[in-house]
Amino acid sequence: MKKLKVLIVDDSSVMRKIVERALRQAGLELTEVLEASNGAEALTQVQKGGLDMILSDINMPVMDGLEFLKSLAGVEAAKGVPVIMITTEGSEARVVEALSAGAKGYLRKPFTPEQVKERVAPLLGGGQ
Amino acid sequence: MSSITKSSPSRTSVAFDPAWKTILECAAIEVFEMMAGVRPELNSASTGAPTGEQTAMVGMAGALCGMTTLRCAKETSARFAALMLGESAASDHSSSGDALGELCNMVAGNFKSKISTLADHCMLSVPTVITGADYSMETSEPTEVVLVPLLFEGQPVWVSLVIHT
Repeated sequence: MKKLKVLIVDDSSVMRKIVERALRQAGLELTEVLEASNGAEALTQVQKGGLDMILSDINMPVMDGLEFLKSLAGVEAAKGVPVIMITTEGSEARVVEALSAGAKGYLRKPFTPEQVKERVAPLLGGGQ
Repeated sequence: MSSITKSSPSRTSVAFDPAWKTILECAAIEVFEMMAGVRPELNSASTGAPTGEQTAMVGMAGALCGMTTLRCAKETSARFAALMLGESAASDHSSSGDALGELCNMVAGNFKSKISTLADHCMLSVPTVITGADYSMETSEPTEVVLVPLLFEGQPVWVSLVIHT
């Protein structure tokens, strides 16, 4: 099983921990978990390279998840890195906007580890 | 079923529907089941006002204006944090309040996502958490209040939706 380096972007530190825990409970092996509290911080992390996956909230201060997603288009280190958007909102419009902007999937809160696995595993390849 | 009424040319609001109590119950129980792995029961014997030292609040604006709250004792809040984040979170007061805030945020989001006329037309604020039991919340009239009393491990948990109508 491939070991993963992931970036979790959420303005709530508790939510970042919950997402990390759900990834581990879903059976993913994480070698490194990077965190960012908004899109701007996340861009800095992405530019360092080496990520296998990004999970990002949509509603955040400073730079929200959709703006972050659109900014990734110009970042060489983000090429081929799947992005999954996480949202509490029931807004289909924002989900559609995220998918159109390049997100590979989305998770709606609340979620179970099984749902995390269903959404994440197909994006990773390598027998996850 | 919810109906839409035009309150002004520029704003559309969704009329209060008594069925929202059942929807709020479902939304709350679903959040606890999915995020904490527990299923609180409905506390049908509850008659008093909500009590408890921790209250999480999430504001709602747009087609529905109001607030969702989640209130319980500190020990219960710590228990939820432990279930969501691991046992070490139970002793961390800040994590425990933040976890209650996130639960409240998800209850509000899950509630509105179950009502098609709200899903794309109601925004949520970031959660605020009050610690302390000696307070009262006053909102401008007119309001409707939906109160869902739950029991988790024998302890009361209240979910409420205060709506400006």
